[in-house]
Amino acid sequence: MSVTLLGQSILSGIFSGSLYALLGLGLTLSWRYLKIINLAHFAFIFLAAYLTYQLAGPGGLPPLLVIALVAPLFFVMGYAQQAFLEHFKVDEFASIIITFGMTILAETFIQWIWSADFVRLETHFLRGSWELGPFFLPKQEMLMSAAALALCLVTAAFLRFTWIGKALRAGLDNPQIAASFGVPNKKLSLLIAGIAGALAGVGGAFMALLFTLAPSQIYSWFGVVLAAVLLGRVGSATGVFAAGLLIGVSEAITMAVTAPAWAPLAPFTLLILILVFWPERV
Amino acid sequence: MASGNNLISQPSRRDLLAMALAAGASTTAMGQTSGPPVRVGGTLSLTGPLAATGAIHKIVGDLFVQEANKKQGMLGRPIEWVLLDDQSKPDLARTLYERLITVDKVDLLIGPYATANILSAMSVAQRYNKVLVHSTFGIPKLATYDRHFPGWPIGFSPEDTVSNMALDGILSTGKQVKTFAVVTSKFPSVQFLAVGARDVFKKRGLTENLYLEFEFGARDFGPIAARVREANPDILYMGAIGLEGNQLLEALEKINYTPKNHMYVYPSPGQLAQSPLGKDALSLTIYEDLPPFSDNPEAATFARLYREAATKAGFPFVDPETQAGAGYSSWQILTGAVNATKSLNDDVLTAHLKKNGAETIIGKVRFDGPQNYGDDLMRLKQVQDGKWAIVWPKQVATPGKTIIIK
Repeated sequence: MSVTLLGQSILSGIFSGSLYALLGLGLTLSWRYLKIINLAHFAFIFLAAYLTYQLAGPGGLPPLLVIALVAPLFFVMGYAQQAFLEHFKVDEFASIIITFGMTILAETFIQWIWSADFVRLETHFLRGSWELGPFFLPKQEMLMSAAALALCLVTAAFLRFTWIGKALRAGLDNPQIAASFGVPNKKLSLLIAGIAGALAGVGGAFMALLFTLAPSQIYSWFGVVLAAVLLGRVGSATGVFAAGLLIGVSEAITMAVTAPAWAPLAPFTLLILILVFWPERV
Repeated sequence: MASGNNLISQPSRRDLLAMALAAGASTTAMGQTSGPPVRVGGTLSLTGPLAATGAIHKIVGDLFVQEANKKQGMLGRPIEWVLLDDQSKPDLARTLYERLITVDKVDLLIGPYATANILSAMSVAQRYNKVLVHSTFGIPKLATYDRHFPGWPIGFSPEDTVSNMALDGILSTGKQVKTFAVVTSKFPSVQFLAVGARDVFKKRGLTENLYLEFEFGARDFGPIAARVREANPDILYMGAIGLEGNQLLEALEKINYTPKNHMYVYPSPGQLAQSPLGKDALSLTIYEDLPPFSDNPEAATFARLYREAATKAGFPFVDPETQAGAGYSSWQILTGAVNATKSLNDDVLTAHLKKNGAETIIGKVRFDGPQNYGDDLMRLKQVQDGKWAIVWPKQVATPGKTIIIK
């Protein structure tokens, strides 16, 4: 195996891992701060992806403008979903069932509007690759990875250094005491849900740029993204990015060195090892 | 007409939703037929990972029943298609065929799409001695039931005959094709044919540069593309289900590599033809809306109606090809046998089909070989000028088109 093959494969893994992180970022926030295992996050991602396809493909809008439109729209959707779940006092376990049901509804809705057939956003936006010695850096993947890194860092800083971040953590430790100090727990949970929704929107927009879409693909992302969330420690924005990279690169090296069919084993082997030998990490 | 939980069917997106939600069934408007309907039961993957192709078969079945009911239907009676959604799950297909026979009490069965689901339906049909006509079953050796009849005539050993036919076409150009790479999904029927191609290519003197298998549903083709680039074969054979062929081509483009020659079994045909990366891509076909198929008036009418329905349903690619042709031929086989024998009896239908075969839009289909398989009618097609053209064998090639090998 040549250095070029290994290096190009690692680059590919970094891009995949960045996408896992981008898709998992909103999920990890809602799991930790809302106590909601929001499987509908994947439905939001695909709804955003199809909307991006529609607006940037047949609609002819620039993809960056579409991202700017989709993110606030999905902020509202995330906000509304959380209001709904809070209204019915849905707990952590029930949230899995309910949000899975929402995902099925979303899949049916997508199939109704866009058919079950594959759709592909054909765009000249950032097509092609930059060359760096023997390596190729695809422009769209580079933009996505930069966005994923930036969003993870900004989210981590937001949670660590802002009053809202501190209030969220205080509310998580003891909501009653936090409330007595003026922390508006309910408003903050709606805000986090909105942010998670907006992140799903951004993730979906990049999904449309990078992948061909089909409604049933929603479920194919569950395992690897949840693995990144768990490996990165639930609630950690930088952790999900690091875990995403770890998974992506380990998959890519597996594909380069052995049979590609073994690649799906990599993230789950890592997850099992962490759960067995370092359970407090998760 | 609607009965029980059946729905009147039109090939529209709204209908697909109704199917998904209600697991309903369908009938079509009745024409010059009279009397109680002949109920034909079957499932399709209207939801789940196979839904894109299931939607094609749904349109085809609706069109066939609609047109047949304008004529004599079956035995002069209207055809009622009792259609259920198997959600792309073989286990569910088995349960639903059981239901169709024991609860819905259908007169006849028509198969689902895809090898695993057909195999499930076949086991139920066998238990009740029912004839099962089906389409696109990819591993003939597994079809041991003597009352199954494939509407997709690929011969009993496609791993051998199809691969040899394809290589005959490639080598007929006289170009130097000495090395090959096989990259294949582990989707069973796809892998089965890829392994066959690998053996045939080796036996005929080509050198293998690379053989890779990946899981169905793989997302990242970057490392696979890097390995293909390094192998740099004269011909890249890809066992691809759906969009996997396009995904690999896109990954190859990102590392600035274009395969010299490339072949895909079984790609999503529209997306591959429409992509600029699909230039000169080879694939297999059993039916295209091209001569000699389109010389048949029924095929020409079917193609026109299919395009209209597919456009209305919002499909990105509206040309009928292998899946649509195999679906339509399945209906022709079943209906033709019923009308020729004037019987719904499974013993009578079985005897008739084994003896006479069937005339279909894809040609004469025979069932007199091993396990009811007859001739291998697969052809080689190629993307030329953004459209598919049949390029091999020569006698069925699209007029003016020849295979392009570099």
